[in-house]
Amino acid sequence: MANNKHMGSAASAARHEHFVANLADTAMAEIDAVRISDKPTNLYLDAWRDLRTRPMFYIAGILILIISVMALFPGIFTQTPPNDNCLLANSNGAPTAGHPLGFTRQGCDIYSRIVHGTSTSLSVGLIVTLLTMTLGIFFGSLAGFYGKWVDAVLSRAGDIFFSIPYILAAVVIMSVFSDFRNVWVISAAIGIFAWPSTARVLRSEILRVKQLDYVMASTAIGVSRFKILLRHVMPNSIAPVIAVTTISLAAAIVAEATLSFLGVGLPSSTMSWGNDISQAQVDLRTAPQVLIWPSLALSITALAFIMMGEAIRDALDPKARAQR
Amino acid sequence: MTGYIIRRVLQALPVFFGTTLLIYFMVFAMPGDPIIAMFGDRGVNQAVYEQLRAQYHLDEPFIVQYFIYIGGIFQGDFGTSFSGQPVADVLAATFPVTIRLAMMAVAIEMIVGLTVGLVAGLRKGKLFDNSSLVMSLILISTPVFVIAFVFQFFFAIKLGWAKPTVSGEAGFIELLLPAIVLSTLAVAYIIRLTRSSVIDTSGQDFVRTAYGKGLSRQRVVRVHILRNSLIPVVTYLSIDFGVLLVGATVTEGIFNVPGVGRTLYQAIIRGEGPTVVSFVTVMVLIYLAVNLLTDLLYAVLDPRIRYGK
Repeated sequence: MANNKHMGSAASAARHEHFVANLADTAMAEIDAVRISDKPTNLYLDAWRDLRTRPMFYIAGILILIISVMALFPGIFTQTPPNDNCLLANSNGAPTAGHPLGFTRQGCDIYSRIVHGTSTSLSVGLIVTLLTMTLGIFFGSLAGFYGKWVDAVLSRAGDIFFSIPYILAAVVIMSVFSDFRNVWVISAAIGIFAWPSTARVLRSEILRVKQLDYVMASTAIGVSRFKILLRHVMPNSIAPVIAVTTISLAAAIVAEATLSFLGVGLPSSTMSWGNDISQAQVDLRTAPQVLIWPSLALSITALAFIMMGEAIRDALDPKARAQR
Repeated sequence: MTGYIIRRVLQALPVFFGTTLLIYFMVFAMPGDPIIAMFGDRGVNQAVYEQLRAQYHLDEPFIVQYFIYIGGIFQGDFGTSFSGQPVADVLAATFPVTIRLAMMAVAIEMIVGLTVGLVAGLRKGKLFDNSSLVMSLILISTPVFVIAFVFQFFFAIKLGWAKPTVSGEAGFIELLLPAIVLSTLAVAYIIRLTRSSVIDTSGQDFVRTAYGKGLSRQRVVRVHILRNSLIPVVTYLSIDFGVLLVGATVTEGIFNVPGVGRTLYQAIIRGEGPTVVSFVTVMVLIYLAVNLLTDLLYAVLDPRIRYGK
């Protein structure tokens, strides 16, 4: 547009030399010039710049970092073994030196159990997220991009899974697999019913993106359908999925704890926050702290991932950026 | 309109058969022989065993068993609970309580969620807005059972404002605390939805026009902003129903509310697989029905949906 005007005025300048000054000599020159030296920008660069101005991103990032280190190297945070040396004499005991949060009903160190339970919650969260992302991206992109009967079949199939609240579904699956309950089975039980929401988000975004001009241009110059999907449509529609995925990681951690609380989660021999909370409920009246501490750990972890997801979503969404 | 209803009901059919088939298949895959389990350690006479298998259609192929089961559902037979009571009878006894609890929770959600969301949206970036956002984040990231325990401990045991468990009658006052717990998650979501929706609407041209033609701020907020911000909240309420069902299972279990959720909760705790499955199936069917109804209602409210596509 700017270029056209320039050419137009240049052409008229040639015809009426004495009326119009050469554009290069006027103050317009600077405005009209295309600044080639500027770095190219895109959605993800913009979002990254925006993200770094958000305090929420830093708080969430630091929390997630601490939680991850805790899950990988619990030895850094505590030297007390979580299961050995549990003395019933300490049952529901108050904090003592070296045991900052007190003791559980079995007389085990609460702080140490929380630290060692981190990896369980985090691995369930990560496995569920990987599963929902893989299934959701695969089915969502096929349904959105190829449309027609592919969309009809995949969307109805997704509806079937979507219409069962996933914790209820997981309750049934875990009841079926009552003999082999472990991190993998519980993650699969949650993930198999959680993927349709990811697929739905991606599908509707792809429906929007595939109508844009550059996709039509690629089709016109003969790029193959699959390559268009991979190179042009996917990178431009994956943004909402990233945000939804981060938030669903928190939901998966909460779901695992809820299932453990209901008694159809991980076996009580596995250290998990959900199990600890579940076991502490009988002593709620006399020793509420035994229940409160692991609950707090669970909430903080979920909060960290939800805050991260929200920061990412707002940074990726130009409309939300304008709302600030 | 009639065309839309027929289309929407037809769309719901494959989902209905798909979900029931899926749940039924999971039960079919359950390890162990139910007939042998019925007799415990003493073992069972071969003739009796054969007869019982035939009586429960266990000797039929999977798909035949499924259709016998579906036929039963259409005749109001949802199976038998572990104690031998028909699930339909248990439902009839417990459902009214759950409905009362759910209605109270939805009322709290609407009143608290909409008010806080509206005020936060109108005072974007102020102290009230920021603190309500932080509050809603904390509520979203805390599991229902933790909120239930914390509320039970502080409001019932420590402060003594309410009874920690509900009696058999499940009166209005008694249900208040469980209803608040049940509503917390949705309150948080509705606050955030309303807030961003109000901010969105406030920037629209018709709001500026309304101010421009001299309407009072109160009237603009009430008639133009609030009404247009309600649409996403109404949509959310139908999704919310699934959350409410799961939440009711946990909340009713903890507060001992004699509803559908507690029955399911106790069946889960005791490991009564078949009872769990019949109740989950019923809950999913209710959920499907509610979704279908909200979709139809939505089409009545918003003409664009009726004529679109």
